[in-house]
Amino acid sequence: MVPSSPVPQNSIGKASPPPSTPPPQASILDFFRAISPGLPQIEFCIQCGSCGGSCPAATLLDHTPRRLFALIRAGEIEEVLQSNTPWYCVSCYFCMVRCPQEIHITDLMYGLKTLAYQRGYTHNNKATHLSTTFAGYIERNGRAFELGIASRHYLRHPPADLIETARMGAGMFFKGRLKLVPEKIKGVAQLQKILGRAKELETPL
Amino acid sequence: MTGPNGKDGEHRIGVYVCHCGSNIAGVVNVYEVAKWAQENLAHQGVVLAKEYKFMCSSLGQKLIEDDIRNEKLDRVVVAACSPHLHEKTFRGAAARGGLNPYLCEMASVREQVSWVTSDKDLATEKAKAMVSAAVARVRQHEPLEPIRVPINSSTLVVGGGIAGIQAALEIANSGFQVYLVEREPSIGGHMAQFDKTFPTLDCAACILTPRMSEVGMHSNIQLLTWSEVENVEGYLGNYTVTVRKKARYVDTSLCTGCGVCEQKCPKKVIDDQFEVGLGYRKAIYTPFEQAVPKFPVLDRENCIYFEKGTCKACEKFCAVGAIKLDDQDEVITLTVGNVILATGYDMFDARRIPRYGYGHLPNVFTSLEFERMCNAAGPTNGAIVLRDGKTPPKSVGIIHCVGSRDHKYNPYCSAICCMQSLKFAHLVKERTGADVYNFYIDMRTAAKDYDEFYQKVLEEGTNLIRGKVAEVVDGGLFDQKQGQLIIQVEDTLISKQRRIPVDMVLLAIGLEPRHDAASVAHQFGISCSATGWFTEKHPKLDPVATMTDGIFIAGCAAGPKDIPASVSQGSAAAARVISYIQQKELSLEPVRASIKAEQCSGCRICNGLCPFHAISFDEEKMVSEIHEALCQGCGTCVAACPAGAITGTGFTNQQVLAQIEGLLSVPFHPELSVPVAV
Amino acid sequence: MKYLFYPGCSLHSTSSAYLDSLYAIQEKLGFEFAEVEDWNCCGANEYVALHRIPAYALIARNLALAEQQQNGAQTLVAACSACYLNLAKTAKYMGTDKELNARVNDALAAGGMHYTPGSVEVRHILDLMCNKLGACKVKKLVERPLTGLRVAPYYGCMVLRPDPDKRWRDPESPTALEDLILATGAELVEFPLRTHCCSGHMPQINTETSMELIRRLVEGAVKSGADLLITTCPLCQLNIDGYQHEMNKYFKTNYAMPILFFTQLIGLAFGLSPESLGVGKEITSAAPALARIGVKVETEPAAHKRPPKEQGLPMPRMPEIYGEDL
Repeated sequence: MVPSSPVPQNSIGKASPPPSTPPPQASILDFFRAISPGLPQIEFCIQCGSCGGSCPAATLLDHTPRRLFALIRAGEIEEVLQSNTPWYCVSCYFCMVRCPQEIHITDLMYGLKTLAYQRGYTHNNKATHLSTTFAGYIERNGRAFELGIASRHYLRHPPADLIETARMGAGMFFKGRLKLVPEKIKGVAQLQKILGRAKELETPL
Repeated sequence: MTGPNGKDGEHRIGVYVCHCGSNIAGVVNVYEVAKWAQENLAHQGVVLAKEYKFMCSSLGQKLIEDDIRNEKLDRVVVAACSPHLHEKTFRGAAARGGLNPYLCEMASVREQVSWVTSDKDLATEKAKAMVSAAVARVRQHEPLEPIRVPINSSTLVVGGGIAGIQAALEIANSGFQVYLVEREPSIGGHMAQFDKTFPTLDCAACILTPRMSEVGMHSNIQLLTWSEVENVEGYLGNYTVTVRKKARYVDTSLCTGCGVCEQKCPKKVIDDQFEVGLGYRKAIYTPFEQAVPKFPVLDRENCIYFEKGTCKACEKFCAVGAIKLDDQDEVITLTVGNVILATGYDMFDARRIPRYGYGHLPNVFTSLEFERMCNAAGPTNGAIVLRDGKTPPKSVGIIHCVGSRDHKYNPYCSAICCMQSLKFAHLVKERTGADVYNFYIDMRTAAKDYDEFYQKVLEEGTNLIRGKVAEVVDGGLFDQKQGQLIIQVEDTLISKQRRIPVDMVLLAIGLEPRHDAASVAHQFGISCSATGWFTEKHPKLDPVATMTDGIFIAGCAAGPKDIPASVSQGSAAAARVISYIQQKELSLEPVRASIKAEQCSGCRICNGLCPFHAISFDEEKMVSEIHEALCQGCGTCVAACPAGAITGTGFTNQQVLAQIEGLLSVPFHPELSVPVAV
Repeated sequence: MKYLFYPGCSLHSTSSAYLDSLYAIQEKLGFEFAEVEDWNCCGANEYVALHRIPAYALIARNLALAEQQQNGAQTLVAACSACYLNLAKTAKYMGTDKELNARVNDALAAGGMHYTPGSVEVRHILDLMCNKLGACKVKKLVERPLTGLRVAPYYGCMVLRPDPDKRWRDPESPTALEDLILATGAELVEFPLRTHCCSGHMPQINTETSMELIRRLVEGAVKSGADLLITTCPLCQLNIDGYQHEMNKYFKTNYAMPILFFTQLIGLAFGLSPESLGVGKEITSAAPALARIGVKVETEPAAHKRPPKEQGLPMPRMPEIYGEDL
């Protein structure tokens, strides 16, 4: 898959720091240790498949979580980064609580998403774009804005059933559950300073 | 202290420095150390210092023996490996040379020198210091005689499962008395609950009951069922055990085992023990028909008479008047020389994993429940049926590793479940022709004829799916027939998630230590591992002995294993016991603590500290006393005594201080030029 | 008892009913919630998909605000499961991972803020109600028992898993909502899929999977014999409620399973008016189900039959775990 853009841009307009040299393959386990809080213990995986068996999104994944770990340990980083698996993770944490070796699977999925994004791989544009759209609103206003997020997202990726989506939107609006105007926090500037500095401090990926 | 010449302070010490191949010689300059000892320690009594490639070999040992005789040595120092390994060897050599074995001291220049650094100069200097320390110490040694204890020829076997039965028969057949204590009403253990056993598919009862019957009839075995050990005191060769024989409410001298009482009893309860909650029994019952002994037992908690004062049907119908409703527990005392603990295992509680549906979904069964179901004498007379008691399943899913190999439950592998699950696959296919699915992580079929069994099951067309099952859900919620189950799993070999509908699910639950294993271990003075199994003396070289002399373990009490291994361990433990009995007397290490009565202030701090309960307090003399045979020489009391009234033979203050002086008398400066290798 | 409250973006818009009902019942429960001043979005599962340190910093700003703002005990309560988990995980990881803590606080310092790990306790409102207050206390406050209403609990994922602060005894077999349902006097319907995922943000990403997951839950609830589902998570409510019509169209089914927030159910049992609790804001109307409150009706047999207990082989003994401390 061709990366969608060489340098990931965020919505404030400033480019994120360019991706640093990727760590050598042998230290990919060290990399995961660095970015995941607590022990990811990926080397403990006995390939039992509890994770893949529990995953609600399993039918969509090109690689089950278990297989993804096997690929990571085999050093097939390219294939891992191009996988849609982390992007389809719904964060239900079933895998994490059922893993007999207590591996922090969901946290690792987040790590893989971040890694893929910052290296410029956005395999599943839909999932990545949902996240970037959402992130854009947070960075602009400090809060999410459902109407804005949904419209932007659906403009880019039309929903399967446009009538149903519109119907639901209207229903939500008339029940007073959809704001037309975004909420903005007072400390937006402060938040942006914090996030700006945080991006400088981001762990090299 | 006196040399053989009779002159005070003059010793003739022989120093031997072992090369240990290249283990020591590769780092320590053994020639230099020997030469140094000869020259610099002469004033301490060293008359000769040699080096040799392998001191522990027969030639090396002969060297010591010959030198003791020819050179009239009165002390020996061997600078070699760890005393844990060869102390006995060199003491043996000294003894053969005519020297008291406790006048031989080792300096561990392998584990403590050559194996912890690669700096040759440093190593050589340290080796010299350690030899000096050993020499200084051994001068303070006194000849010691081992403590000899007589061995009572009776043996206690706790647990009447297959391991206990095997051990009891071995010892009894050798002509010695055995007391077999079993907490259930009958012997037989878990094996009596099984239907067929792998890999031969022998019927469990057919191979077990002859043994049980032999035990029941053996003149050398006193069977104490429905009994538990209450208290244990004593030491190797001399244990005093208190056993509580629980009230049976049946006079065993009169009972003929006719079974009428059980037939006539009106109170039916769910049998949680033998039938694992799947079948029923009466309030007065024998656990199964082939029970040994054949005498029934009355369950007081579920008896109408004990609840309301009425009924007494058993008493009315008993032809010989054997019902004794005023029966009491009886406490007896046994004196035995050795104990074999063969207390077996408990099963993992499947209710701890709700996502497998046990207890909620009717057609989820555990492995032990399924054994009962398959057993011809079980609750369904051997028919494999669903919970309704009559419909045979058309498809069965067997889930491996339930509660095993899982850090949240039990991290270990339970050893037998893969074979058991394959056995179930075979039985289901044979008796119902249903589709069978086995869900496994790894197929563990490691012992003799096991993999051949696996091949046979493959031939029968069982579906083997490699994946740990994620969950079992009710198909009724998903367009399936009401009551059908759906197994959700990742088939890792094709990397796809599958949802497989089955009629029945079997959970291969793991083995766990008995729930009271820790207290039983404490009672007998042995220890349990981190996962709760009894700890053996050495996992490879001594699997049936424990750290406590005279207490042995056998069977699953020491860890999950199959029937052949349990039987082997039963025989092994029996062999050890028989060897002790035949020696009639055994020697114990004389490294013991002793209390100087004059210095003892009676504070009793040591009494509670002793892990072996070897210290008692004499109320008359107002001093503490150590029982020599119980003491294991751990040294805790020696350190704790505020008055310094306790000395450890073989570790006296003079000896230890001399060792320290010897160590410090050799100047060496450990400025490390290379990092210490670990 | 005073608490700091983090509403999260959903409670101000799509799940305003959750906020309404929570505020409506707080006084009776003896709680006093003070919203964290100028809180920002926690990022849900979206921001942390793109960044690491910035994602934690985004969440930590809220923790820092909570640390500064005093309101009785330093406990921060969240109602949305995702917000709760984000806050709890950040608070925990900043305490255990020194490097993370250093970087995040460095970022916060750029905005003149700081969070000291361990200074704020993060709890979910369900945890507060069951483990701190207790279902028995809730039962005592009930004025209008919801007798005859068949309610099934639905937890979703993140309130129970991965449970960083070990609040729950068994995440796979919870009893919290069940105890609360029994406390309100309603009839508890056991719902085996109560901890299964609602598909989260999947409706925006992949229709096929999300519709299937939603269908399983709705169909399962119907077959279990429930009149009503109750939940703790805004996204779960949105998916099952808002998307039910689309799901019905997709599968050509006709289900009408209403889903409310558990705080709304408690509010109804407290005798508060449905409007004050935001009842009526749901798209799949709960009105037909609620029409049974207080009305003596003959309980229709549940759609999901259990096999008759007296015949066949006995079932294993299971402990009575619901309503233990009522």
